[in-house]
Amino acid sequence: MGDVLKKVPVREQDPKVRATNFEEVCYGYNKEEAMEEAARCLTCKNAKCVKGCPVNIDIPGFIKEVKEGNFEEAFKVIGQSSALPAVCGRVCPQETQCEGLCIRGIKGEPVSIGKLERFVADWAKENGIKPEPPKEKNGHKVAVIGAGPAGLTCAGDLAKMGYDVTIFEALHQPGGVLVYGIPEFRLPKDKVVKMEVENVKALGVKIETNVIIGKSTTIDELMEKEGFEAVFIGSGAGLPMFMGIPGEISNGVFSANEYLTRSNLMKAFRDDHDTPIKMGKKVAVVGGGNVAMDAARTALRLGAEVHIVYRRSEAELPARAEEVHHAKEEGIIFDLLCNPTEILADENGWVRGMKCVRMELGEPDASGRRRPVEIPGSEFEMELDTVIMSLGTSPNPLISSTTIGLDTNKRKCIIADEENGKTTKDGVYAGGDAVTGAATVILAMGAGKSAAQGIDEFIKGKNN
Amino acid sequence: MYKILKAEKLNEIVYLMVVDAPRVAKHCEPGQFVIVKKDDAGERIPLTICDYDREAGTVTIVFQPVGASTEKFAKMQTGDFFEDFVGPLGCPSEFVNEDLEELKKEKLLFVAGGVGTAPVYPQVKWLHEHGIDADVIVGAKTKDLIILEKEMEEVAGNLYITTDDGTYGRHGMVTKVIEDLTAEGKTYTKCVAIGPMIMMKFCCLTTKKLNLPTIVSMNPVMVDGTGMCGACRVIVGGEVKFACVDGPEFDGHLIDWDLAMKRQQMYKTEEGRALLKLREGDTHHGGCGNCGGDE
Repeated sequence: MGDVLKKVPVREQDPKVRATNFEEVCYGYNKEEAMEEAARCLTCKNAKCVKGCPVNIDIPGFIKEVKEGNFEEAFKVIGQSSALPAVCGRVCPQETQCEGLCIRGIKGEPVSIGKLERFVADWAKENGIKPEPPKEKNGHKVAVIGAGPAGLTCAGDLAKMGYDVTIFEALHQPGGVLVYGIPEFRLPKDKVVKMEVENVKALGVKIETNVIIGKSTTIDELMEKEGFEAVFIGSGAGLPMFMGIPGEISNGVFSANEYLTRSNLMKAFRDDHDTPIKMGKKVAVVGGGNVAMDAARTALRLGAEVHIVYRRSEAELPARAEEVHHAKEEGIIFDLLCNPTEILADENGWVRGMKCVRMELGEPDASGRRRPVEIPGSEFEMELDTVIMSLGTSPNPLISSTTIGLDTNKRKCIIADEENGKTTKDGVYAGGDAVTGAATVILAMGAGKSAAQGIDEFIKGKNN
Repeated sequence: MYKILKAEKLNEIVYLMVVDAPRVAKHCEPGQFVIVKKDDAGERIPLTICDYDREAGTVTIVFQPVGASTEKFAKMQTGDFFEDFVGPLGCPSEFVNEDLEELKKEKLLFVAGGVGTAPVYPQVKWLHEHGIDADVIVGAKTKDLIILEKEMEEVAGNLYITTDDGTYGRHGMVTKVIEDLTAEGKTYTKCVAIGPMIMMKFCCLTTKKLNLPTIVSMNPVMVDGTGMCGACRVIVGGEVKFACVDGPEFDGHLIDWDLAMKRQQMYKTEEGRALLKLREGDTHHGGCGNCGGDE
């Protein structure tokens, strides 16, 4: 038994090796490690960790089963609350949620809840354990728009209640941000995402890909002509933002969305796939969030020298600490307190560099973070051949602009009740990034869960 | 899976396919496009909608292979399947939502260059079905490259064919025909020009002189086609627009053609391809649908 105040360390791929491949960085726990880590859990009666979980997984409950080696039982406990445990164990910001509230964390390190969840989900997959199919179907049809974290969760929950659920997905593969956004080395597509989608399908959920709601059909048509009694919108926040600085349309300037979609969804990093991707020699990724880290680490794996250019300091980086740590280990260079002002192009329109200005932190702004202010006379040029803009995303207006009675706020986010996902249009519910703007996978899942409850109440109320 | 109900070679370089895609067929309008992907490893390629049959649930696409992916499409036969076929994408042509009585007062001129005849056809057809006969100029390098002549004849008001080498119809570029028609006393209130970028650029230069408002259809590099990637950025009137969701049709007089061509050249010209290979080695392993990769 190791130091009880510390987490059982998790094995990872060597940074030097992994910087050149797309294999998963973290290997996860094996059986023995998982049981040893589970033994650190104090099984609190009024467990705080559960309150920190957006989908309220019975954390002490599943860890108790792991402690005793009952992994199948542990999987069932998690399955009551979460449809995507293999994903969440990998990408949830546990440090600010469940693990952030763990009593163990007061004196030492919290229990490694995320890694345990991941272990249970991976173990279930390896042992062919599938979630339990629903009891009887109730015959009511519900449409779910978007096969991302919110949609998959909402669909899974409704199917468990007996609803006849169809998910409509705009892209050619289900998964949403899990397939187009998060890279292979953080979230393996075949091993993890596909398996979770299959588990949702095993509950009876149908998925129709290549259907763009607002273009291929509309919400009104789904409800009036195709017999869907309620609709859940989980269409995410897919529109990339740009800075609006001169030269931004030059060849070699990409949105992080484009860069990551090419690599993740289209598998451009593999020679046996047709989609191309630009492999820069010197790349700047502008932004400091998780998506910026993903884009930077992808460019690095394609062989580039990569700089993160961020206008505030390290303390304000919005990315998870683990992602920043991994990026640094792999050799990403952080140019902090630095803001681009212009992209410079050569005579053929290709990026050759970027003008930047140094920043310092002033008074706190509306977000509570200290506002970055330009240092006069500190302009300088970076020599580059590729710039990836990772400044955040906003919801796609394709649905809201084609659905009468569905109101949005001034950030183009769909207005929905936090409790049950109810929108301004009768029978239409929404949740996830489409409502909140870009946030996390688990918050979207939480919203999908609440909306499933809301839809159930709506349909029951209507039919009584 | 989306079945190819008919595959036909229109000439040496242009292919036509009728595809079973009921959702697209039911909702597409003139001006819109689809994205097509052959198989799991394939690339998402934006293609023109040339025709549609709402009842039969079919969509007709016309394309000219310019890269590894479209070369693969060209080899597909009747009875084969596309793994993915998504749409309709982009906005319908402006006139689709205009007041019909107002529209009838307009005098419309369509200018089609080469394979650009395909997206022009459903627009002229739509107008014909709504009682409006538009004049159409169809141009190509040589006689054999003129497509859809018979179909166009049935729906156009006056149809003017021209070839660069004079082997068929009038002799000269489409821009010359625009000038000649004007000199012959024809007057138009609006022009729609679709074809290779260089042709659209010169059409716009010509119509600008004639004070003739002109719509063009852009076909830049795209990945998702729903506004997610931003690869299809074009500058229109000094503003950044996404061709996939804001377009593909724009006011041709407001397009920054030089920038648009620089963006496209990198993928579409011989020099661009060579430069890409030089800069990126084997990573640009073909199939972008625009450049032909290492071929």
